[in-house]
Amino acid sequence: MENQFPMKQWIDEEGNVVSEEFQENVTEDLVKQIYRQLVRIRTFDRKCISLQRQGRIGTYAPFEGQEGAQVGSAYALEDDDWMYPTYRDHGATMTFGHSLKNILAYWNGRNEACVPPEGRHIFPPAVPIATQLPHAAGTAFAEKRKGTKNAVICYFGDGATSEGDFHEGMNMASVLQAPVVYFNQNNNFAISVHISKQMRSKTIAQKALSYDMPSVRVDGNDVFAVYFETQKALDRARNGEGPSLIEAVTWRYGAHTTADDPTKYRDQKESDTRREKGDPILRVELYMKKQGLYDEAWVKQMKEEISKEIDQAVQEMEAMPEANPEDLFDYVFEKPTWTIEEQKKAYFASLERGGM
Amino acid sequence: MSTAVKTNTLTLVQAVTDGMRTMLREHDDVLVLGEDVGVNGGVFRATDGLQSEFGETRVMDTPLSEAGFTGAAIGMAVNGLRPVVEIQFLGFVYPAYEQIMTHASRIRARTMGHYSVPMVIRAPYGAGVRAPEIHSDSIEALFTHMPGIKVVCPSSPYDAKGLLVASIEDPDPVIFLEPMKSYRSSREEVPEDKYTVEIGKGKRVMEGDDVSIFAWGAMVPVAEKAAKEMAEQGVTCDVIDLRTLYPLDKDLIAESVQKTGRTVILHEAHRTGGVGCEIQSIINDTSFLYQKAPVEYVTGFDTPVPFFAYEDHYLPTSNRVVQAIQKVVNF
Repeated sequence: MENQFPMKQWIDEEGNVVSEEFQENVTEDLVKQIYRQLVRIRTFDRKCISLQRQGRIGTYAPFEGQEGAQVGSAYALEDDDWMYPTYRDHGATMTFGHSLKNILAYWNGRNEACVPPEGRHIFPPAVPIATQLPHAAGTAFAEKRKGTKNAVICYFGDGATSEGDFHEGMNMASVLQAPVVYFNQNNNFAISVHISKQMRSKTIAQKALSYDMPSVRVDGNDVFAVYFETQKALDRARNGEGPSLIEAVTWRYGAHTTADDPTKYRDQKESDTRREKGDPILRVELYMKKQGLYDEAWVKQMKEEISKEIDQAVQEMEAMPEANPEDLFDYVFEKPTWTIEEQKKAYFASLERGGM
Repeated sequence: MSTAVKTNTLTLVQAVTDGMRTMLREHDDVLVLGEDVGVNGGVFRATDGLQSEFGETRVMDTPLSEAGFTGAAIGMAVNGLRPVVEIQFLGFVYPAYEQIMTHASRIRARTMGHYSVPMVIRAPYGAGVRAPEIHSDSIEALFTHMPGIKVVCPSSPYDAKGLLVASIEDPDPVIFLEPMKSYRSSREEVPEDKYTVEIGKGKRVMEGDDVSIFAWGAMVPVAEKAAKEMAEQGVTCDVIDLRTLYPLDKDLIAESVQKTGRTVILHEAHRTGGVGCEIQSIINDTSFLYQKAPVEYVTGFDTPVPFFAYEDHYLPTSNRVVQAIQKVVNF
């Protein structure tokens, strides 16, 4: 079965182009934009871990190592498409235009991150596992019904494939022929459980066979391969050819979240080896160097800009006024029920009497 | 020219169908989906004839997949559609419970109003029709406890249509519980045109001065029967059909208890943590000093809704209600 789903690559771990396909699509501009985005989200990710360590944000889910999968897939979207991310996909949401300040605010316990920026359909991160797959099918069906060319991308991890909602969502999308791309980031671990204990099948891509859905296995650390394969799947969706599944094979270097200790369940040497050989950013750098596109002055300036942008976002997040308790009550229903109105009134009266 | 409202004599289940038909005609964005709702017209015929009138894309047979189609309906609702989901029996909602609890109920709150989920989840519920196990569960309290969801439960054909139309028009998710036992037990004149019955408002179905009885769904006729028996003994009951279980009609509960001073709460759902407890809490808040007796409960037991050989023991009867009325009167 594994042979039927060979791992697609466009550049190898040394930065050599290994595919004839898409050569003409890879412009200098594309390479630089994608490289910049990779660096941007990694810098952001590292900053978040440091903010968490300093107690300036809460528990955080890092994605370092998975930048190729997130940038490559999100970069293939059009403005009016929909994104259904999980809690580890803020690299993808940033690439699709989410605000850094709001993503930081999410990790600091605020609702604001779940509000997408104007003109973007980005759904709040799914926290339960695999429950977003049926939503994506429904949202995509609604686009199909409207007769648009908009598509939906739905992210999930390897552990999600064990959940009922994974199968129910894939099946619904298949039956509805909904324009959705199911994008799996197979980072090999569901918190601590290795994929070999998650499933007996050798690939995630093969699970699509049951739904008569096209699928592909792609090197998730090869941002270009991810980008091209996602684009193909999105094109199929837009052309009325229904849903598809992409398995992007990748690796998270760090912990599941900052509350977790990965040394308990895996040998960190493996992560170090993967970082030395096959890192999604290093690979693009090697490619750029080989193609004569790597300009140190440009890289330095870009990194300065990114660092400024992130610092600015941190400042904005920290300058946000305190969380307003009214927000607790005001968005549950379009018009609050008497129960909520009474509870709100009583709470504010108690605040006035004696503070929190 | 006559201005009389054109009506039809309908059963409760026919009124539900009429409500969906009215809204499918009115709004192109309304669609009905669930298991067997299309060609078959639903196991209770609640969607009978709708697919032939509106087509397969408006009245959709789905895979046997409660989480799948409820979740898909959430995705449809956030993207401009107004799905009406049928769960074949309320006891089959458990696989979809996660979708409702973790997503439908909180998307508006999570996104500070940016996304909303205007969907209705319809489900026949309750015992008394000799159904197999799990089919008769009465678990409304699982939903009244869930923030962000409204829970509606009509007991009559007129209310069924009016409340269903209001639920489909509601901008937030509504669980719409249909008492299976009442589906075909009575008929009523139901206007042909669109009308609504306000969510959150109960209805006084019998007027009395001595005892308030609060009930909903298939328990309303049980309350009425008990009240009629007591009337022969000179005790009159205020029988209130609550119609909406979240939010409850606090004003009507208070008004009735302040008049009678005595309360019997009747529900077929399990006693502990049931909606009845919430009614008593409202009485404590609003009418504590008006009470002449402790509140009496007549409910199902804290046991699984049993196999049907035991159903008659499980379900509250008018006799048990009469005994409860006598208890509060003679306190």
